[in-house]
Amino acid sequence: MIDVKNIHKSFSGVEVLKGISTTFEKGKTNLIIGQSGSGKTVFMKCLLGLFDYEEGTISYDGKIFSNLTEDEKRNLRAEIGMVFQGSALFDSMTIAENVMFPLKMFTKQSKSEMEDRVDFVLKRVNLIDAHNKMPSEASGGMQKRVAIARAIVNKPKYLFCDEPNSGLDPKTAIIIDNLIQEITDEYQIITVINSHDMNSVMEIGEKIVFLKDGLKAWEGSKDNIFKTDNKAVTDFVYSSELMKKVRQMYIEEKK
Amino acid sequence: MIYLQNIGTYFLMIVEMFRKPTKWCAMRQLILKDMDDLIIGSLGIVAFISFFVGGVVTIQTALNLDNPFLPKSLIGFATRQSIILEFAPTFISIIMAGKVGSFITSSIGTMRVTEQIDALEVMGINSLNYLVFPKFIALTLYPFVISIAMFLGIYGGLIACVYGGFATLEEYITGIQSEFTPFHVTYAFIKTFVFAFILATIPSYHGFYMKGGALEVGKASTASFVWTSVVIILLNYILTQMLLS
Repeated sequence: MIDVKNIHKSFSGVEVLKGISTTFEKGKTNLIIGQSGSGKTVFMKCLLGLFDYEEGTISYDGKIFSNLTEDEKRNLRAEIGMVFQGSALFDSMTIAENVMFPLKMFTKQSKSEMEDRVDFVLKRVNLIDAHNKMPSEASGGMQKRVAIARAIVNKPKYLFCDEPNSGLDPKTAIIIDNLIQEITDEYQIITVINSHDMNSVMEIGEKIVFLKDGLKAWEGSKDNIFKTDNKAVTDFVYSSELMKKVRQMYIEEKK
Repeated sequence: MIYLQNIGTYFLMIVEMFRKPTKWCAMRQLILKDMDDLIIGSLGIVAFISFFVGGVVTIQTALNLDNPFLPKSLIGFATRQSIILEFAPTFISIIMAGKVGSFITSSIGTMRVTEQIDALEVMGINSLNYLVFPKFIALTLYPFVISIAMFLGIYGGLIACVYGGFATLEEYITGIQSEFTPFHVTYAFIKTFVFAFILATIPSYHGFYMKGGALEVGKASTASFVWTSVVIILLNYILTQMLLS
């Protein structure tokens, strides 16, 4: 479990995170949602240890991150997989080399063992015969799948995804969402997704944390989100006509 | 104040570069790749410039030695001294600040913009060691490039001198052998090692700590060239004062 307690973070005197507390549980897809500028990315970077925070604690399965030594932090990070918004694939490496990279850096496996594992995870994300392509030759959806493959290749305990389906067409976005959820169930990992895509919220939001102006404004699941009266959430989630109709249908169905 | 902060960050970057080393099997590949990009990839332009600038130095020296009491061998002597003391180590380093420096800044800067550096950090890899250290090791071969520049500069001078009819081959050879001080070569290579360190680290600093997007990568490359050149010129003066005066 990832336990976040009272996180405060400021930039040049401006408080971006104002005391966020929440938990992210094993085997669940946890979504952090909110408008642009609400502090989602900063919050995720704090979770990953990329940003230092002024106050509060983040503990990974009981280990408080800020209390860990550099070596312990390094070991913990080896257990984290991350899918970046822009995929962040190393453009000087082929797709197979990108996926193999964490194995090369953190394991003592032989080359054939690493190749087998790379084959397995690439097959798992439905990428066959893409091994020798360069990232620049792959489509946006393929790059996201490679990024997911690279994130899970070293069997992480924690998977973080920053807007994994941004820039993708709706069909590919759903494929990526489902893939992340399947992987979360299959490997029983803690998945935290940063998103403002409402399809993702409705599809895979087993736990949703809604941020507004650096505060946690609401917390619940995809089922609760239809029922909530929290104005900040409803303004955000039902901002489009389509979502308003979806909610209306849901309410009428319940009647 | 901002300059002091930048200088402090630069020195902290150098300290960090030597900490938490990357696994040797990965580092070896990175060093070989950087040797290819930074050293082997620069040989062509360095050879071309050295040969022709050597020729120009010789022609200009010859045209200014119009006193009949001065021996023709002085052309070879002046060419050798100019090339070994100044042209090869300093002038070539300024050119390398443009070629290699902007390559380093733009490649690291692009990695910053596309979150590849964040990806390394999240994985628990010391990104400064992973990105900058192999460039520093690759550039320890920089004196090899400068040796070639010295040889080709003097050789270019020989061709220009003999085929331009300014002096005979024997006179030029006598000139380049006369009053040779081995310490001048040592001095040139000491400068070269210092400049190699500057060439690896200042462009890396500008790439690594840049903020923004593609436009800022271009700006960082320009800033990197300017500051690398400024530091090379300043250190050239300081080292010359320390070692030769």
